[in-house]
Amino acid sequence: MFAYYLDLALRSLKRNKVLTALMVLAIAVGIGASMTTLTVMHLLSGDPLPGRSDKLFYAQVDDNPLPEKQTEPMDVMTYQSAMDLWSAHQADRQTIIVDSPVKLRAPDTTLPPLMPSMLSTTADFFAMFDVPFRYGGPWRAEDDAARSRVAIISSDLNDKLFGGANSVGRTLRLRETDVRIVGVLAPWRPSPRFYNIAGGRFSGGKTADYYGRPQDVFTPFSSALEINDGNFYQYSCWQLPPSPGHLQNAPCVWLAVWVQLDSPAKVASFRRFLDGYAAQQQALGRIARPQNTRLRNLVEWLDYQGVVPSDVRLQAWLAFGFLAICLFNTIGLLLAKFLRRGGEIGVRRALGASRGAIFQQCLVEAGMIGLLGGLGGLLLTLLGLSLVRRQPVAFADMVHLDARMFALTFALAIATSLLAGLLPALRASRVAPGLQLKTL
Amino acid sequence: MEIQPILAALRKHRLATLLIALEIALACAVLCNACFLIANRMDAMRVNSGVEEASLATLQISGFDEKQASDVNARMLAGLRTIPGVQSASVLNSIPFGEHRGRVGITTDPEGKQFGGVIELYLGGPGSAEAMGLKLVAGRALQADDYQPFTGVFPSSAPVLMARELAEHLWPGADPLGKVIWVDKWSYRVVGIVDHLATPAPDWAGRSAPGWSAFVPAQPGPSLAGSYLIKAPPADLDRVLRDARALVAKVAPDTVLDQEGSQTIGDLRAQFFQQDRIMAFMLVGVIVALLLVTALGIVGLASFWVQQRRKQIGIRRAIGATRGDILRYFQTENFLIVSGGIGLGMVMAFGLNLALMKFYELPHLPLHYLPIGAAALWTLGQIAVLGPALRAAAVPPVVATRSG
Repeated sequence: MFAYYLDLALRSLKRNKVLTALMVLAIAVGIGASMTTLTVMHLLSGDPLPGRSDKLFYAQVDDNPLPEKQTEPMDVMTYQSAMDLWSAHQADRQTIIVDSPVKLRAPDTTLPPLMPSMLSTTADFFAMFDVPFRYGGPWRAEDDAARSRVAIISSDLNDKLFGGANSVGRTLRLRETDVRIVGVLAPWRPSPRFYNIAGGRFSGGKTADYYGRPQDVFTPFSSALEINDGNFYQYSCWQLPPSPGHLQNAPCVWLAVWVQLDSPAKVASFRRFLDGYAAQQQALGRIARPQNTRLRNLVEWLDYQGVVPSDVRLQAWLAFGFLAICLFNTIGLLLAKFLRRGGEIGVRRALGASRGAIFQQCLVEAGMIGLLGGLGGLLLTLLGLSLVRRQPVAFADMVHLDARMFALTFALAIATSLLAGLLPALRASRVAPGLQLKTL
Repeated sequence: MEIQPILAALRKHRLATLLIALEIALACAVLCNACFLIANRMDAMRVNSGVEEASLATLQISGFDEKQASDVNARMLAGLRTIPGVQSASVLNSIPFGEHRGRVGITTDPEGKQFGGVIELYLGGPGSAEAMGLKLVAGRALQADDYQPFTGVFPSSAPVLMARELAEHLWPGADPLGKVIWVDKWSYRVVGIVDHLATPAPDWAGRSAPGWSAFVPAQPGPSLAGSYLIKAPPADLDRVLRDARALVAKVAPDTVLDQEGSQTIGDLRAQFFQQDRIMAFMLVGVIVALLLVTALGIVGLASFWVQQRRKQIGIRRAIGATRGDILRYFQTENFLIVSGGIGLGMVMAFGLNLALMKFYELPHLPLHYLPIGAAALWTLGQIAVLGPALRAAAVPPVVATRSG
């Protein structure tokens, strides 16, 4: 029966090619616009570490010593708070993160010096965030304590400096210090670059840069303080740092602390630890608001920072508004198409087709339009995504249509067309056989 | 033209009429708001920096130590001044639409109680204020002995030039000359007011405003190095910048040139607003597609109605209606439907604007967008219906005598 309906639908679509083309085009354009923006949204609002993100938490203590009115603690911490929380080892894993620009030379090569961004962290970073290695591996906890002169480099930098060869054991000069490469990362492109995001609340929605590439050089935090002393940037200060770029003893916040907590009980106990630490620091007179601590998990932290650029959201809303207009358009055109065939439907009803059968026939036709529109929409989505890829935004290179979005394109197209066909099909199925036959 | 029979006919096609009207309403809401968004972005992009952008470029270098800073500055400035066409070369820490290195919270009292906002302190060496082309509107210009050497991040005290917008914010109605702003223990006395000087990132959403900045004079040194302002005639600027970039490898070979940061101010501005420009283009695209789809919908449905009513049209023609009567009938019908849609659309446009205001910090939709949107949709409707209406007008009276 379904095959017969398909045949009927095909014949009907062929009968008025212009009207069919208009409907297919409307659906295709609506789907193309919606799917392009939806794919970008999907990419930007996804969970960067699925399966692990609920175990990773971003700790915040309100380091502000002044009793100002402020509802949220600063996005990052002072050296003292970060070191205290890290060295207490109260979580399953914990790490400190800060990035700084560093002058880099590879003594074995003739390349001019570079100025890449260096991420300074602790050994747990790589295990906590599932960082993939191509050669070598992370440094050990002892290296953190010993301030070892070691580094891990990104695959991009390894390609640039060493032509992609195994560079473990080779030397880099960071500013004036020689460091030994102990690991080379495999290509790693988390979306967003979740581990060092701060200040998103004040960016006015212009957050595309949070989707940039990870840093090119990773060094132990303790070593970096010596290697790159004077080149660290504060997030904010209550008083000006006595010596610029040297922030260990300055009243400045500049360090992020992440912890891994594997069970709800551990989360609860770490919260108690955090509050206890803040209360103790207040007693020492270092901070003013001990109750102002936060422990957000990874996804909550990204939401709080508002990482999805507001323009991308706006584009998605616009696209769906546009799809709604295309939907109304298709409803109108389908209505015209079905009712024009009132005579034919009357004959079929008179010959015994039930209302349900007419309804189904009409919906099959609508679904067919949806399928064709979906095909067109897929082409337009691919075109739209290639346009996005050519935009000068940090996430451009990550934009692609994955299998789920591919399937969703057709699902959305057919759902839209069926939704559009519902009302016209209902009207068509209510055509009275007698009346239509009389006018034939 | 009698409206009564048209309304009676529309009442028989309630559903189709409603659909077209709804489509028009949605189109009206999106159209008005999209136009408003475009206008907003264009406004943002036209922000006045207060400096002579067309003749300014910046060169950014890094990778040298504090001890080398004075030497690097001296070699770079001397080198830059040898480039033919360079009118001035100076050191300036923050660059409009480029690096912001002087974003600080200030107070208007030494105790740090009266918070004044987050402003930009442009820290510049001799010649930079003149090169920027700041227009002094009150007080005095800076003199050679205002530029003093300093240690630390900023000079501990200095006479400053303040942008008028900031002065009016800090001391509304009062004379700002001689007043002092404080950054922690450091104090800056206002000696001159300049017409306008924008912060490097005028769209930053913190406790700031686009025109909250001040110029602090200082001698280049360890904390004021590697960021240069070059002035040249606009026609020579691109070549001068090319020469300047090449110069770095010669006079300061051990430093690293920041390729992305070393641009003309015009290019920095273009980059700064690139996202807004893309968004504006995209909105234009949406508007065009939207109007096209709406027009196609009207064409489709009007064609259907014309075909459905061929017999009635024939009868009307047979009993004396002219082609013009038929044409006007369909035009009036379209006008009525579109008007209904616009009426609803204006309400929806307002609602959409409220939603945008909530999520995107947009101002109210100015009322004049509504009549403009309405006029656009009326015109669109009339153009779309013209084809089907002409076909209707061409139906010969003899159709009335045929059956079927």
